[in-house]
Amino acid sequence: MRIVICTKETPDTAAKVDVAPDGSVTWGDAPLVINPWDEYAVEEALLLGDRGATATTVVGVGGEDTKEALKHALAMGVEEAILISDPTLVDADTLVTSRVIAQAVRKLDNVGLVMLGKITTDGGSGQTPAQVGWRLGWTILTYVSKIVDIDFSAGTITVERLLEEGKQVIQGKLPAVVSVVKDINEPRYPSFMGIRKASRAEIPVWGAGDLELDGISPKVKWVEIESLPPREGECQILEGETVEEAAGMLADKLIEEKVV
Amino acid sequence: MSGIWVWIEQHEGKAANVSWEAVGLARTLANNLGEPVTALVFGSNAPALAEEAIRRGADSAVACEDTTLVDYRLEPYAALLSKLVGEAKPSILLVGSTTRGIDVMGALAVDLEAGTIADVVGIEVDGGTIKATTPAYSGKLMATVVHADPGDAPRIFAIRSRAFPLPDGDAGRTGEVKMVEPVLAEDDIVTKAVSFEGTGGEISLTDAGIIVSGGRGVGGPEGYEPLRELCGVLDAALGASRASVDAGWIPYEHQVGQTGKVVAPDLYIACGISGAVQHQAGMRTSKVIVAINKDPEAPIFKLAHYGIVGDLFQVVPALTQAFKKKLG
Ligand SMILES: Cc1cc2nc3c(=O)[nH]c(=O)nc-3n(C[C@H](O)[C@H](O)[C@H](O)COP(=O)(O)OP(=O)(O)OC[C@H]3O[C@@H](n4cnc5c(N)ncnc54)[C@H](O)[C@@H]3O)c2cc1C
Ligand SMILES: Nc1ncnc2c1ncn2[C@@H]1O[C@H](COP(=O)(O)O)[C@@H](O)[C@H]1O
Repeated sequence: MRIVICTKETPDTAAKVDVAPDGSVTWGDAPLVINPWDEYAVEEALLLGDRGATATTVVGVGGEDTKEALKHALAMGVEEAILISDPTLVDADTLVTSRVIAQAVRKLDNVGLVMLGKITTDGGSGQTPAQVGWRLGWTILTYVSKIVDIDFSAGTITVERLLEEGKQVIQGKLPAVVSVVKDINEPRYPSFMGIRKASRAEIPVWGAGDLELDGISPKVKWVEIESLPPREGECQILEGETVEEAAGMLADKLIEEKVV
Repeated sequence: MSGIWVWIEQHEGKAANVSWEAVGLARTLANNLGEPVTALVFGSNAPALAEEAIRRGADSAVACEDTTLVDYRLEPYAALLSKLVGEAKPSILLVGSTTRGIDVMGALAVDLEAGTIADVVGIEVDGGTIKATTPAYSGKLMATVVHADPGDAPRIFAIRSRAFPLPDGDAGRTGEVKMVEPVLAEDDIVTKAVSFEGTGGEISLTDAGIIVSGGRGVGGPEGYEPLRELCGVLDAALGASRASVDAGWIPYEHQVGQTGKVVAPDLYIACGISGAVQHQAGMRTSKVIVAINKDPEAPIFKLAHYGIVGDLFQVVPALTQAFKKKLG
């Protein structure tokens, strides 16, 4: 069975993100990288090769830049990549993106599992996984911290999910859509060979026409984006003759601030 | 198309605080828009939680208590919510921006072709439009987002924990609670909840008013002990940096930051944490930030309101003692 991994490129997490006078978002010369959460999805898909998965495909929806994220996945060991790119998808919200991904999954054969990251670090809301799954009518398992058991021939999957109050173990049937959290694995570094192979890969591009997506439009609109006001005031460093004195002063300040 | 609906999420019969915050927000919007507030409660203890929702600000409630809804699973919850919302066509739906809220809202949005705005920290009614503010780029920017021609679908918002005030209950408030039947029978649900392992009474990071957080500076798993003692005195939750989680000193559930949890307590005490941007992404909107670090140049001091430069193994126990004395 094939595993499809979905990924997007996002500005490097250390980037200084800002808003230009024309209202566009900038990140200086920081690189666009694979969305950090998606690396865990890629790694888990590769690990599932030992548990019976037979093929891996990584899919990205976005512009040419997205190829960098796709190449990172290829360099890690994913077999093939597909870029879905179309002018009508520029302002896509998750409702649009999830529809595009679901259509792409339908077009690929023998897909048993779709794997996504928990959230994207740019405009992400974390809804794409559930929406892709709901559109396909498949089992939806989000926030997965461990695949406890998976049997591709029997078509069963059991996972551990990380919720606010603790860990839920839940069982479902394949095909399934899974989103992963950081705890699930330790992503590998791409090998030198992998990087070489990825850099030479020809990535096919599918347009909206290939996916029969007419009449698709986002349902939410970003009307404004602003950088955060710088934090006002300096840090007040508390010093005393002794540690106890400084700690006592800090405690007094916090009681005064009414935060304890 | 009228009415403000709030989906109340619960675990083992207790509602999430963010759901009550959503009820409070709904009440404020209702007073502005002149539409009634309806709370929806599914699962264990639903009728009692429905009454509580009314005391906290709802005008009426819809409840469903059924064995299929005891353990949260997406399919039966989303199917029921989708049916109720699809029939009644409220103008607004609020949920918590939580693991459950995001999934349920996502599924519902697909069924109704409705726009959703997640992680909302502010809402403003501006004539016919409702503007929501939400952090973007891991909290480095703030975006204003609106719904584009919603048609007869509700405007759906998921609100961030602790972004809106928690309303007190008013014992005098009463309203109608309507009981409804579930949509899916057990045989129609493909997932089976096998078990649940709670975090053992620890205070949840996203709900906590105070967080004491430790990083690589704690030096090892046992280095969290003085922090835990401070947590005990302050009723605080224990947080951690990624470096200490990756070192295996503390479970991932405690990680604060870009690839951990985003928190906004009244007080965040960072001990032995340098304050990398990825860590800041998870805690920078905390009301008061305190840094305890032996390096006066650590970036965390640029963000902190108060700081002590020193060894956390001396400062933290001294702070615990000081609070013990002062708070009685
Ligand atoms: C994609 C990506 C995602 C990331 N996501 C996250 C995230 O979600 N959360 C996160 O936290 N990080 C995240 N990081 C990692 C982040 O970049 C930093 O590496 C990490 O936050 C550093 O943790 P730290 O502050 O504990 O360690 P360090 O940076 O090593 O800082 C330790 C601090 O402790 C101080 N110290 C040492 N001993 C003592 C002592 N005895 N008393 C007082 N102070 C002492 C030192 O002066 C130093 O400032 C991410 C990184 C990447 C690339
Ligand atoms: N444009 C996209 N192309 C491919 N996958 C995406 C895209 N946007 C989101 N995803 C996937 O959905 C997950 C959650 O993203 P989001 O719902 O946008 O926060 C990501 O971690 C990706 O795996």
